[in-house]
Amino acid sequence: MSTEIQFQSIADLLALAEQEGVGIGEITLRFEMQQTGFTRELIQNAMLARWSVMQEAMEAGLREPITGLGNLVSGNGYRMGAYEPKLLDPILAQTAARAMSVNECSAAMGRIVAAPTAGSSGILPSSLWGASQKLNSTPDDIVNAMFVAAGLGMVMANNSTISGAKGGCMAEVGVSTGMAAGAVCEMAGGTPFQVTQAMALAVKNSLGLVCDPVGGYVEVPCVKRNSLYSIMAITAAEMALAGISSFIPPDEVIAAMKEIGEAMPSQYKETSCGGLAITPTGRKVMDTKPHTVGTP
Amino acid sequence: MSKYKSVFDIIGPIMVGPSSSHTAGAVRIGRFARTILGGTPRHATILLHGSFLETGPGHGTDKGIVAGLLGMETFDPGVKESFEAAAREGMTFTVGEVNLGPKVHPCSAKLILESQDGRTIDVIGTSIGGGNVAITEVDGYQVRLSGEYPTVITVHEDKPGVIGKVTGILAEQGVNVAFMNVARKQKGREAFMTIEGDHDVPAEAIAAISAVDGIRLTRYLPKLT
Repeated sequence: MSTEIQFQSIADLLALAEQEGVGIGEITLRFEMQQTGFTRELIQNAMLARWSVMQEAMEAGLREPITGLGNLVSGNGYRMGAYEPKLLDPILAQTAARAMSVNECSAAMGRIVAAPTAGSSGILPSSLWGASQKLNSTPDDIVNAMFVAAGLGMVMANNSTISGAKGGCMAEVGVSTGMAAGAVCEMAGGTPFQVTQAMALAVKNSLGLVCDPVGGYVEVPCVKRNSLYSIMAITAAEMALAGISSFIPPDEVIAAMKEIGEAMPSQYKETSCGGLAITPTGRKVMDTKPHTVGTP
Repeated sequence: MSKYKSVFDIIGPIMVGPSSSHTAGAVRIGRFARTILGGTPRHATILLHGSFLETGPGHGTDKGIVAGLLGMETFDPGVKESFEAAAREGMTFTVGEVNLGPKVHPCSAKLILESQDGRTIDVIGTSIGGGNVAITEVDGYQVRLSGEYPTVITVHEDKPGVIGKVTGILAEQGVNVAFMNVARKQKGREAFMTIEGDHDVPAEAIAAISAVDGIRLTRYLPKLT
């Protein structure tokens, strides 16, 4: 435990994990212990508390239909949760339901955990839930996987951005999907290398994703996108576990994400001035919503 | 230096939705500004810039800033009804727009706050992503405050010895200085200092700093939650 844990890149994280013979989650936990001086138990409990909030948010939208502030999404988590799937594995269908449930909870100003953001808050909890059902995981396994997600997320946040206003939706949903892919890969017994590859595969598949929320609400396309990307995260993990790696190494994928985000025009970066927001249907929402400026 | 230094900057905050940058970040900017003012403002002029302005009401940015000015936390279910809470607590406010220029982060707001005893401060706050924030300007002084460390702010006469006395008091109390910044608009007039420490600063130390010759104003900002 005396090794100094510092990482600026995914390559650093991987090298540390291989050198210490532990997972990415353990390296990230040790990093947090060194940074804060807090005990392992205290930090793990703080993470477990976040998992509890995530579980409550997943349940909220399954119990009853939730409607977002803007009235653009309503009861999708509930609908999917009650549905008998015809194509998907039932656990995956329930994973998709839980992702929407969390985002609908968030859209209604309910309580969630940003992971890394609120707009992308459904992906990590639902993927963790899906993997834990499949693997019969313990809460300790889930907490460890959350440290994997956090370690990968820190590198992406520091070397690119997690602000949709700076980098488009790939900075939020893309990063979140990469975090979740790595997390569930380690849960399923993936090696540190496979964890980094799962992340790279997921992020690579999210490059260029724009943030064009209809009416300025975090509802369309955000809620359903969380659902679809939670399944992608699990698929990326499965591909990495099968021995498939990313042709472009993870740190280069992150650099590409940064470059694309900087070049992306501002109408696609959380301004609701482009894309879906300015379609005829999108404009109708914008024209009828309450105005920002003024005295209430 | 890396912006995100803790796992809980990435998995967190625990917050009410819908947006970490535009809702939770807005709450924290409001809370931060309120601490700098020293309490709930009598009146607040909230000026939104960039993406904060464009998506504002859909992301609850206005409600978030008002909630923060009232002292609410990011996870307080009351954020949703903060306008009503402001009316109950007697805080008036207006929401307007401002263009702070292309170099300022798109998720930023300028807050002009009037205290209960009639003082006014201007604060510019930025939401950098995932609910993390920075205060970048106070009363026209360039600063960079993250809220991640207990922070002492002073406004003092720009003359030799003042800074040494302040850091001396902190040292006596066992507070290690992590980051420090001194800014001034004109030599020999007024200076603005921010000190971010590794430990909480006891009330006696703040009182002692306030009593140093040349100090005009002292504020203590505990670590932002």
